[in-house]
Parts: sequence; C-alpha cells; structure tokens
Amino acid sequence: MHTPRNWHASTEAVLLPVTALAAALLLFGVFCWFGGQSPTEVWSLLFKGAFGDAFSWQNTLQRAAPLMLTALAVALPAQAGLTVIGGEGALALGALGCAALPYVMPVPGGVIGSAMVLASGALLAALWVAIAGVLRQWRRVNETISSLLLGYIAIALFKHCVEGPMRDPASLNKPSTRPLEEALRIGAIAPDSFLGDVHWGLVIGIAACVLFGAWLSFTAQGFSLRVVGGNARTASLVGLATNRLVVLACALGGACAGLAGAIEVAAVQTSANASLIAGMGYTGILVSFVARHNPWAFPPVAILFGGFAAAGSLLQRRLGLPDASVLVLQGFAFVCILGAEALRAKLFPLLTTRPAFTLIKPATGNKAIA
Amino acid sequence: MNNDAWITLMFAIVGGAVRMGTPFLFVSLGECLTEKSGRINLGLEGVLVLAAMSGFAGSYLTGQWWLGVLLAGFSGALLALLHGVLCSLPRVSDIATGIALMLLGTGLAFYLGKPLIQPQAAQIPSLALGAWSASPQLQSALSINALFPLGVALAALMHWGFANTRPGLVVRLAGDSSDAAKALGCSVNGVRIAATTAGGFIAGIGGASLSLYYPGSWNEGLSSGQGLIAVALVIFARWRPWRCLGAALLFGGAGAGAIGPALQSVGIGGGYYLFSAVPYALTLAILVATSSTRGSLRGAPAELGVSR
Repeated sequence: MHTPRNWHASTEAVLLPVTALAAALLLFGVFCWFGGQSPTEVWSLLFKGAFGDAFSWQNTLQRAAPLMLTALAVALPAQAGLTVIGGEGALALGALGCAALPYVMPVPGGVIGSAMVLASGALLAALWVAIAGVLRQWRRVNETISSLLLGYIAIALFKHCVEGPMRDPASLNKPSTRPLEEALRIGAIAPDSFLGDVHWGLVIGIAACVLFGAWLSFTAQGFSLRVVGGNARTASLVGLATNRLVVLACALGGACAGLAGAIEVAAVQTSANASLIAGMGYTGILVSFVARHNPWAFPPVAILFGGFAAAGSLLQRRLGLPDASVLVLQGFAFVCILGAEALRAKLFPLLTTRPAFTLIKPATGNKAIA
Repeated sequence: MNNDAWITLMFAIVGGAVRMGTPFLFVSLGECLTEKSGRINLGLEGVLVLAAMSGFAGSYLTGQWWLGVLLAGFSGALLALLHGVLCSLPRVSDIATGIALMLLGTGLAFYLGKPLIQPQAAQIPSLALGAWSASPQLQSALSINALFPLGVALAALMHWGFANTRPGLVVRLAGDSSDAAKALGCSVNGVRIAATTAGGFIAGIGGASLSLYYPGSWNEGLSSGQGLIAVALVIFARWRPWRCLGAALLFGGAGAGAIGPALQSVGIGGGYYLFSAVPYALTLAILVATSSTRGSLRGAPAELGVSR
C-alpha cells in the first residue's frame, strides 16, 4: 500500500531527471559501441572533457552561460502555457542588435556602454519573439510553429546583415560585423584565478535565473503568469490580463535569448559572425525541459549540458567521432526526459507497493485509503 | 515573346513546382495522416533529414534507387514510431516530443551520414513526359521525379480511404472523438501509433526525394525546415489530401522555385539569404491568413491540440 508523503514529489523531481539522463548516457554508450567504440572510454572522455581539469571547467562554464539564458527563453513562455522554441533566432537577433548599435549611434565606453549594447540586443530579440505571442493571442496561430518560422527568418536576416550591409571589409575569409570597441567588451571575472577566461556572462546568466525564478514564485505578476499557464479560462474569469501576460512572457523570454547572443558578441566573438549560430538556442530548449521550466534549476543543468558540448570536441579529437555526437546525446536525453514524465507520481507507488500487501487488502479498500 | 516561348515558360514553372514540391507533397501527406488521427508530429523535420540520409546510404550501398527509397521510408517510420509510442505515455506532450525527435533525427542523420557527404548514389529516375516535344527546353522541363505520380496516387488513395474505408474512418474517429472511438472498441493509442508510423513512412519517401532526386546528394544543409513548413501546409490545406497536393505544388512553385529567381531577374539581387527566407515568411503569412480569431479551424480534427 502506498501513502504519498510530502518529500515524495520533491525527491521525484530530482530522481526522475537524473535517472533519465543516466539512461541517455547509457543509450549513447550503446550507440557508440555499435560504431565500434568502447563505451567506457566514451563515458570517461565525456567526463574528462567536461569536468576533468581547470581548463575543461572553464570551457564548460563558458558554454553554460548562454544556455541558462536560452533556457529562460523557453521557460518563461512555458510558464504561461506556451511552447516557444525560437531561441536560436532570438539569439542571432540579439547578437545583431548588439553589434549594430555602434553603427547607428555613438556609444559611450565603460559599463554604461556595455549595458547599452546588451540592452539593444535584448530589446530587438524581445520584440521579435513577442510577435509569436501576439499572433497566438489575436490570430490563434500555433506559437510553436510560428516561433520556429520566425527563428529561421531571424537567422536569414542575421546572415544577410553580417554578409551584406553590416560587413566589415577587413573580415576577409569569415564575414563579420565591425568588432566592438575594447571599452564595450565584457571581460573575465577573475583572469588570474582558476576561472581563467570565464566572463561576466556567467554571472549575468545565474542572476537572471535566480531573479526570474523569484519573479515567478514570489510576485503577483509571476503568479498571474502561472495561472494563465495553468488554465487560461480561469485566468480570464478572475480578470487577469491574459493577452498582455502572454505577450510579456514571450518578450521577456526573447530578451533573455537576445541577451545571450549579445553577451556572446561582447565577451567572446567581439563581432557578430556565423560562429554564433551553433545550436545554443536548441540546447536551451532541452535544458528548460530537463529542469521542468524551473529557472532555479537551470544553472546546474546548463553546466551539465555545457559540459557535454565541451566534451564533444575531445570525443572528436581522441576517438574521431563526428561533431554531431553531442547532438545525438542531446536527442537521447530529450527523449528519455519526456519518457520519464510518464513515471511522475508513479515512482514511489511502484517502489513501495509490495505484492503481498495488495493480495491481502481488497482493491476497493486500497483506493479509499489512497 | 512568341507563343511557343510562353508555353515553354509555363511548362518550366510547372516542372519547377513539381521538382521542388515533391518532398513537400510527401511530408504534408504524412503529416495529414498523423494529424487526422489526432496527433501532431513536429518531428517530421527530423524524419525528413534521417530518411534523406538513410535513403542516400541505401542507394549508395546497394546501387538500387528503389532500395534507397524503401530504406528511407522504413527509417522514417521507425523514428515516427518512437514519436507515436512516446506520446501514448501519460502526460507526454506531442509538441515537446516533436521537438525532441527533430533534435534526435537530425543528430543521428549527421552522425551516421558523415562518410556519405562525398560519394554519388544511384538516383531516382526521371519520367520523360516531354518526349513528344521536339523542344529540348520543354523536354527538360517535363522530365519529372518518378516519385511524383506515386505521391499523386497516394493523395487520391488517402482522399478515397478517409471517406470510404474502415481504417480511414477509424483514423478520423480517433482524431475527432477519442471517446467515440473507445466506445466502438478501438484502441485510440493503437490507431494513433499506427497512423503516426505510416505518416513517418510517407514523409520518409519525401526525404529520399531530397537526397536522391533534387538536390540529389547528401549534405547537412539538405533540409532547412521543409518538414516544419509541411506541418503548416497541412493546416493551410485544411487536412484534405487533395489540397495537400495543391499546397505542395503552390509552395514548390511559388515559394521555393520561382520567387527568388524571378526577383533576381528584375534586378533585385544580392540578397541570397533574404530569398532563402521567403518560404518561411510565406508559410507564416499563410498561417496568419488561414487562422481564425475565434473558434477552432474548419476541418480540423477535434482532438488536435494545434487548432484549439
């Protein structure tokens, strides 16, 4: 017989994703084994490349920073009941907005200037993703499809601007925009410590996750948003401005992904170029789903997937695996995570139910107590 | 331009529409079947890419194009089967599963297709419908993909089957009222898994058309959202197989094949990436135009989440 306890739900919230990720790693090992690789070697290289030494930690943390923000781009609309997956395009537009600001107006140096270029990227992406929310609320266009299409269009716009009107004539074999001035760039947190090149983007990412988590949990507006996500009809009945909340959630999500792109420009690439389109928006979707759209859980999950991405190049170098191996691992992880959802609220009944008990107790009695 | 030139141009446009539209036709028919049963499969993008790769591999390894097409169909069906089974579990959203399969299908295709980027494979033959003409332009315009007539026949079969056969009616029943289907003793999940798998097979043939006819080779940029565009086309086609054919041709001709070159010919050049975005913008415009502000869409399966 199973009696639900308070700690069951929270334990399950950790246990299910961990089990699912373990299953994904197992599947990935088996997949590589079919390709003639030793699974244990693949696993150990995955760990070494992600968390093996200070250098791989730096690599991992650098890759995790944008993932936290692109995951927010999925989570905030998801809390309002929308599946928006245009993060990759929003990231590209954010990078474009960041690199474009010095083209249109003089930007002061220092922190104010950096904040201005970041805000410019975030704003452009926010407006773009808000379109998906507007179309959904006023025209009933499915937001998943429209956000993906908007994403493709945004990436095309990005490539057009980078290789056309905004191209720096000095960037010969790799078309880029004019590099940001030194004074506008974002530097390393502690260049001389073990953190090395890890830049302030990591701090911004973690702060954004903490703040948006608090916003959802502790403010009236965040709560209203979750009511809309839970049941839009109820939300309208109690007089919540459903349309405005949905568009706000899309815009904030877009702003986060745009910020990720802007930070990549200001801290890593120094100009907008095609290296930014590296699937960070898609990995963000996975991070958000693994963390069940809970921003507080994003930093550890983003670090894990940032680590897998960092380990990808090691797998490529040592075992000659294709660069898509990280994509395969992510695909397995996504499938396992979704499958694990089916076990929610059933895990403990499965673990604690003893066959002998159910034989003695009549079935109806069981139901009444549970 | 004289009369003959106009006719040649007309046929060239039709030929282009058929060439570009054939993958759209198969993917949208596959999605139509899936959605009729009450599920949406956004993962058809992944199915398309994986099928294109395995179709190319099959044709390359065996030297027989039709074995490649079959392999493409089966690999597509396998991935779609995973979608069907996952979505049958409680609390698993079909939209989220679609995104996951998009990722998995693309990843598997890129991983396994790495050694296939260089070689040439046996191609799907062309049907020379223009053999009666003496004009070489007309002949080349009218040599069409051998899979295209198959797609047209499939659209006809589905149109007839949905209305007149027991399996067709059961699929529609599962899509319109799962309660009614249960009352008749049908396993709703079973029907949906079967429909999704069959839809994946059909979409997979579209993938083979990409890698074995036009463009006719395997590379990682082969499909960029065609599977997804097809999902929107099904909404545009109001879930009717015949209209899927029309939508696919319209999209193949207008969206991908004609607008870009036409604009370039009148002097608006240099915007290669902007032209590549035209199909997405057009799809979005179609979605906005065909969606209604109130109520669900006419013709939409009632159990389908996308139209609610």
